[in-house]
Amino acid sequence: MTLETISEFFRSLWGVWLMVLFLGIVFYAFRPRNKDRLEEYGNIPLRDDDDKER
Amino acid sequence: MSIFKHHAKVETNVFFLAVGILLTVIVGGLVEVVPLFTIESTIEKVDGVRPYSPLEQAGRDIYVREGCYNCHSQMIRPFKDEVERYGHYSLAAESKYDHPFQWASKRTGPDLARVGGKYTNDWQVRHLMNPRDVVPESVMPGYPHLMRALDQSTIVGNLTTLRIVGVPYTDEQLKNAKAHLVEQATTTAGAESAIAKAYPKAVVGDFDGNPQVVSEMDALVAFLQVLGTMVDFTTVDHTKIQR
Amino acid sequence: MSTNTDAIVYNEDVVKKFVLAAIFWGVVGFLAGDFIAWQLAFPVLNLDLEWTTFGRLRPVHTSAVIFAFGGNILFSTSLYVVQRTCRTGLFGGDGFATVVFWNFQALIVTAALTYVLGFTQGQEYAEPEWWVDLWLTVIWVCYLIIFAGTIMKRREPHIYVANWFFFSMILTVAMLHLGNNLAIPAGFFGGSWMKSYNIFGGVQNAMTQWWYGHNAVGFFLTAGFLGIMYYFVPKRAERPVYSYRLSIVHFWALIFLYIWAGPHHLHYTALPDWAQTLGATFSIMLWMPSWGGMINGLMTLSGAWDKLRTDPVMRFLVSSVAFYGMSTFEGPMMSLKAVNSLSHYTDWTVGHVHSGALGWVAFVSFGALYYLVPKLWGRKEVYSLKLVGLHFWVATIGIVLYITSMWISGIMQGLMWRAYDNLGFLQYSFIETVEAMHPYYVIRATGGLLFVLGALIMVYNFIRTIKGDVAEEAMQPSTAGAR
Repeated sequence: MTLETISEFFRSLWGVWLMVLFLGIVFYAFRPRNKDRLEEYGNIPLRDDDDKER
Repeated sequence: MSIFKHHAKVETNVFFLAVGILLTVIVGGLVEVVPLFTIESTIEKVDGVRPYSPLEQAGRDIYVREGCYNCHSQMIRPFKDEVERYGHYSLAAESKYDHPFQWASKRTGPDLARVGGKYTNDWQVRHLMNPRDVVPESVMPGYPHLMRALDQSTIVGNLTTLRIVGVPYTDEQLKNAKAHLVEQATTTAGAESAIAKAYPKAVVGDFDGNPQVVSEMDALVAFLQVLGTMVDFTTVDHTKIQR
Repeated sequence: MSTNTDAIVYNEDVVKKFVLAAIFWGVVGFLAGDFIAWQLAFPVLNLDLEWTTFGRLRPVHTSAVIFAFGGNILFSTSLYVVQRTCRTGLFGGDGFATVVFWNFQALIVTAALTYVLGFTQGQEYAEPEWWVDLWLTVIWVCYLIIFAGTIMKRREPHIYVANWFFFSMILTVAMLHLGNNLAIPAGFFGGSWMKSYNIFGGVQNAMTQWWYGHNAVGFFLTAGFLGIMYYFVPKRAERPVYSYRLSIVHFWALIFLYIWAGPHHLHYTALPDWAQTLGATFSIMLWMPSWGGMINGLMTLSGAWDKLRTDPVMRFLVSSVAFYGMSTFEGPMMSLKAVNSLSHYTDWTVGHVHSGALGWVAFVSFGALYYLVPKLWGRKEVYSLKLVGLHFWVATIGIVLYITSMWISGIMQGLMWRAYDNLGFLQYSFIETVEAMHPYYVIRATGGLLFVLGALIMVYNFIRTIKGDVAEEAMQPSTAGAR
């Protein structure tokens, strides 16, 4: 087995690996259980203190 | 699902976030860059490519200094029109001693990968002095300042540094670098000169019309005149360089 | 975690400094760009002096807009946002960050001077010589320490997503900068101390250069400025980002895919085919997270679309996101090998870069500046929103002139290069294709002039804002009361 064939073998797997990672992130982010918690984080910039003064 | 708990950690711990980011961004670079050093077919095996002569390398440093790469490529793509316009498409082997590479990404002016030998020395000098003297529609800047004397004090050190990064200069070549430099710009011996023997196909002679001084112009034109001429494509086995 | 708002002291002096520097370098960088644009139309402007040729001034332009303008924008916004979203002052306080500030400005001046004097590494967007690179590395590590240190002492349990983008920008740019500038100074071996040779040559140097170059766009000009989008768009619209969950997917997908796309700068070159194909594939996939991010930014305005009409600052922000969507559609398209065979080496690439740089990067920066300047100097609003509106239209017309002229000239030149006549000969000599570019170069430079003019309107507006003036005008923004 030369370096070349090893390199080619791995190259064919990147697509699969990438897909698994991507689906994992999507699954995590869009799992209904996480919805409220994550969407609440969107308010962080709006809870800025000095906005209230004006 | 414990791995999803880990994302929560990534969100709250800057260290884990850093590790996650670095792992994510390192992989692509490794997969694309590392094989270029290990896979043998990356650089074709062709004869003729040699390190630049001292004068040519000094010219190349001027080419880099003036930012010629901002408008001129040195990379002919394997298309019919490009091959007809510029010559045989470029091989990786032809730029293997180029530190830095100058393939560039814009052709405001034409490709220069094989400009060597296409024009006379005199044309090159007049063109560099004021491009519009020979090409009225040109938008290239003039470079009259290149007529000043070339700084020869750094050439040995520069070639030594290039040897460290992988350009195979011999001890002999380094020792004679200064003599070679002057000889290439002044000799009248042509192909019989010592310089042409140490660096085959090096173009010799007084380039800028001023034999008293080895100028930056001499160096730059010597560099331009060797571009793309090192490989003799009539003797190349084309099955070995196919893309 | 409860936030005791009274106790928080934000370090805003240094943010102000970065804001002023960004405005200054923006104008300088735009002017330099417009000057070299005129040089291409009228070569006499090269002045026959070694310091003023296009070849030496173009790096001045690119470095001034990307690193001086863009860099100071990123410093100012990231250091502002990280404090606000972490509800704490800067790690190291004003002092440490101010040292970084002055070093960074001195580095910019030094880099520009070295280019003009002819000291360069000769790699696009990585021109500074080795000792300037080392200096930048020190500055960047200090920036990393300030940013990460501030996150570590935060009083908000979650790290807001804008900070992820900024943080990935800082880390990745550090990696790219070190990887692409591995050069041996010739001075150590009797050569010039102002000269170095990259340890990589030829095809390997090409790959590391475009791994660097493409990701300078991907992380410096995209990830960093998306951080700006994720804070300032919600802030100005006064509503949370459309989908925080989408922003998480956006982040990871974007940084994962971007890093692979570099080889599309080397299509049909002597780079091995497998690397070109890999680059093109990832470039096309990159379209998805890019548009996910665009939708996320635009939809933040859902239910508040009237702000587009009433608030010119919002118009800058929203248009920037729209331009982002346009460039990130055009980019993957141009990475298709068939399209690239036509577009590469032509002005089309230049136009594409500028639709991203002017439309996305500069517009989102202007939007952030119009928000930040009144806020930092304790004014209710900028001096004149009407002038903001004027800036918007002048700059937009400038961009449209720029992009359309470069589309036409690029596609035209690409077609002329490959045109054959009836007898089977190449129809045009190279110089004929150069001649044909002239009118478009004039239009492009005119567009650039409008863009500079817009920036000068902004400068005037800020001077009056900082002085505390308020223009008498009918247009009242809906945001005035709430902010």
